[in-house]
Order: sequence, then structure tokens, then C-alpha cells
Amino acid sequence: MDVPLKWLAEYVDWDLSVEELAHRLSMAGAEVESIKRSGGDWEQVVVGRVAAVEQHPNADRLRLATVEYGAEEPLQVVCGAPNLAQGQTIAFAQVGAQLIDPNTRELRKLRKGKIRGVTSLGMVCSERELGLSDEHEGILELDTDAALGTPLADVLGDVVLDIKPTPNRPDHFSILGIAREVAALTNGAVREPSASYAESEIPAEQRTSVEIEDADGCPRYTAIVIDGVSVGPSPQWMQDALSSAGMRPINNIVDVTNYVMLEWGQPLHAFDYEILREGRIVVRRARPAERLELLDGSELELEADDLVIADAERAVALAGIMGGAESEISDSTTTILLETANFQEASIRRSRARHTESGTEASRRFEKSLNPELAELAARRAAALIIETAGGSAFAGMVDTYPGKAHNPQVVVTQRRIEQILCVQPSVAEARGILTALGISNRWLPPDRYAVSCPPWRSDIAVADDVVEEIGRVLGYDNLPSEPLPGAVPDPDIDPERVLGERIRDVLTSLGLREIITYVTVGEDELASTTANSDSVRLQNPMNAARDRMRSSLRPMGLRTFALNQREARGGLGLYEVGKTFKPNPGRQPTEERMALALLGGESVASVHGEASRSVDFYDAKGVLEQLGLGLGVEFGLSAEIEDAALARGQSAAVSVRGKPVGVLGKVSSGVAAEFGVEGHVFALELSIAKLAPLMREDVTVSSPSVYPSAVEDLALIVDSSTPAGDLASAIAGNGLVESVELFDIYSGDQIPEGSKSLAFRVYYRSPDRTLTDRDVEKARRGIVRRLESQFGAVLRDS
Amino acid sequence: MVDLEALEAEARASLAEAGDEAGLESWRVEWLGRRGRLTAVLRGVRELPAEERPIIGAGANRLKGALEDAITARRSELLAAASDGPSLDVTLPGRRPPLGSLHPITLTRRMMERTFRDMGFDVVEGPDVELEEYNFDRLRIPAGHPARDMWDTIWVADDGSGGPRQLLRTHTSPMQIRYLERRQPPIRVIVPGTCYRYEATDATHEWMLTQIEGLVIDEDLSFAHLKGTLEAFVRRVFGAEIETRFRCDYFPFVEPGAELGVRWQGDWLEVLGCGMVHPEIIEDAGLDPERFTGFAFGMGVERVAMLRYGVRDIRHFYRNDIRFLREFDQFRGSV
Repeated sequence: MDVPLKWLAEYVDWDLSVEELAHRLSMAGAEVESIKRSGGDWEQVVVGRVAAVEQHPNADRLRLATVEYGAEEPLQVVCGAPNLAQGQTIAFAQVGAQLIDPNTRELRKLRKGKIRGVTSLGMVCSERELGLSDEHEGILELDTDAALGTPLADVLGDVVLDIKPTPNRPDHFSILGIAREVAALTNGAVREPSASYAESEIPAEQRTSVEIEDADGCPRYTAIVIDGVSVGPSPQWMQDALSSAGMRPINNIVDVTNYVMLEWGQPLHAFDYEILREGRIVVRRARPAERLELLDGSELELEADDLVIADAERAVALAGIMGGAESEISDSTTTILLETANFQEASIRRSRARHTESGTEASRRFEKSLNPELAELAARRAAALIIETAGGSAFAGMVDTYPGKAHNPQVVVTQRRIEQILCVQPSVAEARGILTALGISNRWLPPDRYAVSCPPWRSDIAVADDVVEEIGRVLGYDNLPSEPLPGAVPDPDIDPERVLGERIRDVLTSLGLREIITYVTVGEDELASTTANSDSVRLQNPMNAARDRMRSSLRPMGLRTFALNQREARGGLGLYEVGKTFKPNPGRQPTEERMALALLGGESVASVHGEASRSVDFYDAKGVLEQLGLGLGVEFGLSAEIEDAALARGQSAAVSVRGKPVGVLGKVSSGVAAEFGVEGHVFALELSIAKLAPLMREDVTVSSPSVYPSAVEDLALIVDSSTPAGDLASAIAGNGLVESVELFDIYSGDQIPEGSKSLAFRVYYRSPDRTLTDRDVEKARRGIVRRLESQFGAVLRDS
Repeated sequence: MVDLEALEAEARASLAEAGDEAGLESWRVEWLGRRGRLTAVLRGVRELPAEERPIIGAGANRLKGALEDAITARRSELLAAASDGPSLDVTLPGRRPPLGSLHPITLTRRMMERTFRDMGFDVVEGPDVELEEYNFDRLRIPAGHPARDMWDTIWVADDGSGGPRQLLRTHTSPMQIRYLERRQPPIRVIVPGTCYRYEATDATHEWMLTQIEGLVIDEDLSFAHLKGTLEAFVRRVFGAEIETRFRCDYFPFVEPGAELGVRWQGDWLEVLGCGMVHPEIIEDAGLDPERFTGFAFGMGVERVAMLRYGVRDIRHFYRNDIRFLREFDQFRGSV
């Protein structure tokens, strides 16, 4: 909303700089997005005074002016204007100012110059040089008592505040609304514009009627009929006002409706009464196949949901958005019907979205939910202005069809509530002064209550705290006290899945992987190729039509991000994401499952100065899982029994904890990797945090290291080549004296029977309470070997 | 008379030339062995004239001790030299263990969470896919309300089941309602979470964003507590010297409503929206709004991260370019 300050000054006075005014408005909720100055910035042009005038020594028609302009030393300039005189207050342009060249009419930078041998250090400006008008006969004499040196822009030209209203304040879409803010913020008062005019004896009801078929869509419609108007240009002051607010003047009737809309925030529309069949108005929804040509020339095919203003036969305006071309005010119009109505915001929004790109000045205001009480005030103001500017005479009163009239309840606010919320206690006079300046009528009900009612130009004063806000924001939030929170700290709600997610982030980060956070939407095809859980939640209006699914797996975006970074990673790359996946539940919110996905690829051991490198393989990925298990205090079990089409057969495993499945580990199948642009192999570790969280150990005790030495022995065993090494290791570890067991060699070939393999384990024996003897160890070893023989058919290999 | 000094000098010079264990052994045999040269001197002492005997004897014994010390010292020296290995080109690149990292949004989110935890806040999360009712209606934003325009919404497609309308939450505020359904005052909680807006993206707008919502309700809390809490937060995040200001703003679920700005590198920048919880929301939660009051706030994690780390384009965050992620290695442990 453009608010020209000259126009604003019609209703309220203030004694603040433009910047300070804008700042106070912003702080109080009417955010000034920018300050625009008409006539240019006039940088380096200031208020000056002609201290002395002398004749130029070398030219009859030139004189030398000594100009004071707020600096310590006055300056001398050469001037040719005939009206130059000592004592004048003038616009003084210093060297460097951008002025309009009176001959070329283009901007030119003022330089220091010599005119007929005398140095000129600036210029006393004409209106043309300042871009104010074409006047160039003499210099511009200022009528200001501003201090010398004040920027010219502060005393001349207009300043326009661009204000961005919040959705609850349609009154900020009006000059008067802003004037009320200014009044409240400066302890001032608003001068209400005049709305009185002579009315004829004949009531308006004799000339027209208004029928509202859809009272929800149109809570109120007022019509004033004025005849004998002469259409022509509106007065200059009104044209200037409209132009300064960014609207184009059209004719006196239309200009008044626009002027009053900007003044009050209430859109109005004037119809050529003679064009209206039967001279009456019907507010209704559009009929099947009804058409309407609008003022801007567009031809609409209306829909049944469109609210229209119609006469006895057909639509003549799209309600609240734009008038029709046919009933437009023309030069030959003599009788007008002035519509001031209220329309439901949702209905206007739907029609606007259907028929226009960005809406109109009118629809923008209606969409903010105007108070129907405002219509009458604006209607009377407009009628008065029309009669003033276009002549004519109004039929008595107005036809006011008001099915939506609501009781406007009084809001009661206590002193206690004001203090409870704001932590300050303004005096009764102070509080009432603020409300009165805002135009909010109020009464003091001793001992401690105010009765307040919502004014017609607002609809946001409904409960006591709305009034508290009015007082608080005018006092200034920054002037309210600030205190630390008192009272007890409430007990937390611990969310085990959230905690586990954070722990997994920490462990994976410490293992050298980098966290990524990817977009949650994916394509259905991407899910289909990466996961069996491709049943997904579909979005109605996705940002990207190709990715219209909420991810049911972290895999697609993980692989995509992996591919994106492979080249830059130079060497090994390890990424992980901890995030939610979404599984649809018909009729209910989706199941949101926290997942973790780690991806590893490239070199496991990076090559430096020519040393050998090695590519990441399954056991690197498994190592990450094992370390993660150590970091989380869980033991992950792996099983080759896995059905996952996205993972390579034979190089993938199901991950479980105490027999319960929690995820998968393995090589992403080459086809899938290639589909996402991954070069080479990539290994994935995927865990369901939701499934893992309930399996986490709750006890958090640690054991102390034994003070007794360990005994170490190697055991080489020959087993069938299909026997999993992990099973033997588990069996060895099952012995009570075995502290840990490590596989250190696998061998098949010479000296080993066909179909068998040799596995060499290093076994660490230790007791928590004594030093083991050779006999202890030998006994334990015999037990282990017996068990391996019977369980796996293992044969101890001679060493 | 035997010249012990010359003998010692010769022995030490020869020891200095021994470069390995074999050299040391042959030196020992030559000087200290059973037929060694010093052993021979010691053996010959008793054949010396009586007046020379004590002098040469004592001297030779002292020399024997000295040479034994010398060979021990030389052995350590050689051992040390052998285990230090060859000299290296120290300018060659090192073998770098991989450096893991948290995403900058996680880093910033945790820093913000920790700041609120320090002030006694609980941390909970809520669903990303929300019911329209919780995202809007119960926050006093009914359908058709002009305030709905503040949030451009991504809707879940109708699955034909006749269930309630669902959407991707446009803010974390629905958790205010959900948390009030399960907890009684005193309430002091923050809710981090991902939010979504149907909005064109540019350097300062992203359709997916991370928010932190806050809700505090207790007896007789005032706007002063809102200010005190949020000013403390901002000081901890942006430094003790930060200038703040509260500007009137509008959110349907608070009254009075405000926006907190900070002066950052000369400009006022909005950091968060806040306000006193609307009395109707307190009443809807079954609480007496005359007795229980409180405040709520919401802020973008990306915004804070951009200010703190000087990130100029918000779209970097979810692009996950490793070159961008690596930039945050320098802040490890500092947040």
C-alpha cells in the first residue's frame, strides 16, 4: 500500500522525520517496506538562504549570490535568474548534485565551474532543474522554516511509504487507517474527512432496489443513486493524490471511488444507472454459461461459484473484483448507482484466482475480510465527493440491504489483564488516549474495567487480549520490561527414537562419514527401483511433478547425492542420512518411520604418493556396522538370508539384533547404482531406528578391565568350505575363559582337502580373578576343539 | 710403562667406527675379550715393577669400566639410529583418516536446542504430514481466513478413503496443540522439525525448511518473560553484544504478536516470530486463560545458520554438495 505523506497529512499531523515516522509505524505493526521519494533523491540539494546579491563583474545579466546552506562558510554562485533576491530561502545544489539540464532535460551532474571568469560553487535551482515542473523563468523560492542545510527532499516533493499490511489489518490498506496509527503513536488526533452532502426529497428506494440472493457471499450491499452528474476530469488535487498513490486518474466519478477506496480501505463501484435493466441490483451466483465482459476488456465465462452483481437480466460486474464494461461510467453518463458493499473473503478469493492473475485493488482489500459496518461510512464520503466534483444531486438516503448485520459485542478489558500480559500498568488516561487515537471507542468502568468496541474499519478487536495488544504496541514492545522465566523446570518427555537418531549421527560422524539432509519427495519410479516399500504417500501439488511422492525409503535421494559428490570426493566417499520415511495409512496420517542410511564407496584406503589403494568392499561396510554396534552398545547379527532386489545377491545381508530384523547391509546392485549415476560400487547400510530403539540395552553398567594377564593361542581348523566363519568364532567365544577371538587367516589349496578350508583363529583367554595356568588353557582348548568337532566336523590342523 | 691414555684414545676411536652389532662385538673381543688388549694389560700388571703396579693396575681397572660404559652407550646410540629410520620428505602429503561431519543444519539445530535446554526446555518432535485441522483450524486459521495466505501449502492427494485432509506441515506450530493434549502446565518445550511451503525457491527461500517452535505456559507469564527468554536465546546464539528489537506482528494463534529482530552487520534482520499464546488456544486445551498464560515462538534454523556462517544462498543446504559440507569442518566443536 502506497501512502503518500502529503495525502496522509490531510488527516493527521506529526513532528517526526520521515525515517522516524516509518520506524515507529513499522515497530507498531504497519511495516514500512520502503520509503520512496517523488522528484528524485535530490542528493546534495539542501535548503539555503541568499545572504547577499552582487552584480557579476563581467556580465550584465548575471549576478553573484552568496548562499548560506548550513555549512560554516557560505558559498558564492553565479546566477542568471531575474527573481533572485537577498533573503530568499532557496534550493541550493552543491557540486556533485544530479540536476535536470534545462535544455536537454536529462540528468547531469553539477560541476564546479567558471562563468565569465567567476568561479561558481553550486547552483540556486529552478523547478525545472529539480524535475518539479517545467518552470524555468526564475529560481524556486521555498516556503519553509526548515533549518539551512536540511535536505530538500525533506521539505519538498512527496514521500511515499510502502506499507505491507498484516492479514488482520485491512485498515492498513487505507490512508486513514495509517493516519490513525500515526495519531496514536504521536499522541495526536485524526481529522475525519467530511461526508455530508445535500439529499433530495425523493428516497433512493424509489429509484432502485437491491436483492441479495446469497447472503453468505454478500453480507451487505448499499446503493446510492445520484442524478445530474457531469462526467469529466477530476480536480487536480484528486488526480495528484491518486497519482502519488500509484493509481491512474480516469474521470471524476471513477476517481472518487478510487480515492475513497484508498482513503477508507473500502472498495466502491459506480454503475451507469441508465444501463441497468429495471434500474435494480441483484447479487447472486453466476448462471450456467453466463458471460461478462470486464472493464479491462477481458471476456469471462463465469462459473456457478462466481458471485456477480447483476441487474434484472444479466451480470454487470464480477463482485468485489471488477466492474463490467457495459455499465461503465462514460462521458454521457448522467445518473450513477454507487455500490458500496461487503463480500465474503473466501468467495472473492476463489473468483479472483479463477479469473485474474494477481487480483485488483478491490479484491486485495475484500480478501482481507472487511467489516460490513465500513460500507456506509465510505458510501457517504464518496457521495459527498461526487457531488462536490461532478455535481448532481443524490436521492435521499441509500438502499441498504444488510442480511449479515452482526451484533458487535463490547470487549471488556481489565486493568489486571493489561498488567498480567504486558507487565506494565498504563494509567487510565494513557490507555484511553491510545484507544481513542486509534478510533476505538471506549468507556472506563471503575474500578478496573474498560468497555471497548471494534470500530467499523477493523474486525480484529474481539477479545480482551486484542485490546491489550493495541496498548502494548503503541507503548512500544521495546519499552516493555524483560524478565527471565520463573518457576520450576518441567520434567522432559524422552523420545527414545529421537535420542537414538542423534547417537547414530554421532557415531557415524566419528567413523568419518558425512551427514546429508535431502528433500523428502521422490519419484514413484525412483522408489520402485530401489525398495520393496514403494507404497508411498502422493502429494496433490508437489514442487516438482516428477517427484510427487513422500519418500518411503532414503535410498533414492541418498544414491543421487552420492553420485553428485563422487567426482569431488576424490578417493573414498562415505555419506549418511538420518531421516523419516512415510508409509501411507488409508484415511489416516502416514506412519513416519525414522531410518538411517549410510553409503560407502570409492577407495577404502586412500592412495598417497603412489602407495597402493584399495576399493571399499563389503567388509568395510560391515566394519562400519560393527563399530556402530560398539558405539551404541548393541550386537548386530548378520544373515545371508535376505530378499532385497536393490542389493547384490551374495554380497548383502539382513541385519538383526537378538533375532529381530532391524535393517540391511550390502552392495547396491550395479544396475540400481548405474541408474542413479553412481560410478563403481556403492555399499549401503540401512537401519530402522524405529525398530532398533526398543532393542537398545537399558542397563548402562560398564565392566572393569581384568588385572590378570591374558594367554594367547592360535587355533587352525579345517572345516567344510561352506561353514560360516562367524559360527565357529561364536562357538569358540562361548567358552567361559575366552575373552575374545579373532579370525586371522583363511586358506584353501595345498594340503587342504578339496571342498574344505582352513580357518586360523587367535584366541585370548583371560580370567577376571586369577592368572591362568598352562593347564587351564589346555583344558579350555580341548573343550573348544571337542565342541567344534562335534558341531562343525572341524579337524584341528597340526601346527 | 704402558700408556693408558693412548690406549683409551685408540679404543674410543675404534668404537666410534663400529656401525652395527657385529662391529661392536668384534671391538669388545679386541679390547675387553679374554684375549683382549686391555685384558692383556690387566693380566700383565703383576709382572710390572712394584712401584708401577698400583698405578697401572688402578688405571687399567678404571679404563675397563669406562670402556664397558662406552660400548653400552654406543649400543644405545646405534639402536636409536636404526629405529628412527631414514630421513623423510616432510612436505609430502599425509595419509588423512576420513573426517566425518554433521550437516550444517544439524550443527545449528543442536546448538539452538542446547541453548534452550540450558534454559530448562524439553525437546519433542511431531509428524511432518499433518492434519489440516492441526496445522490450521485449531491454530485459529479456518479455511477462507485471510491468514491462510501466509502459508502456501503442499497438500497430500486425496486417497479416496474419505479421511480428513492432510498436508505437509507449513510450520511446527501444530505441535503446540498436540503437546497441550498430553501435558499440563508448567510447559516449557521446543519442537524442531521440517516444514514445507509451496513456494518458489531463490537465494533466500527454500520450499523445505527446518523450524524450531517453542511453547511456554505457566501461571501468570507475561510478555516480559517472552522478551527475557528470547533475548537470552539470541545473546547466546549471536553474542552478548547483540542488539535486539521486538516489532508488532501478526500470527493468528498469538495475541499480542511480535517479531524479534537483531542488528546484524548493521542491518535489522528478523529472526523469529513470537507472541503470547492466544487465550482461546489455552481455553481449548482445557485451561483457565485467566490463570494460565504463556508465549510461543517459531524460527527458521536455516536463517540462523545463514547468519552465523555467512551462507548467502539457502539452497546450498539441501543440495548436499560435499564442497559445501566440508566448509563446516572448521567449526567442529565450536558450536
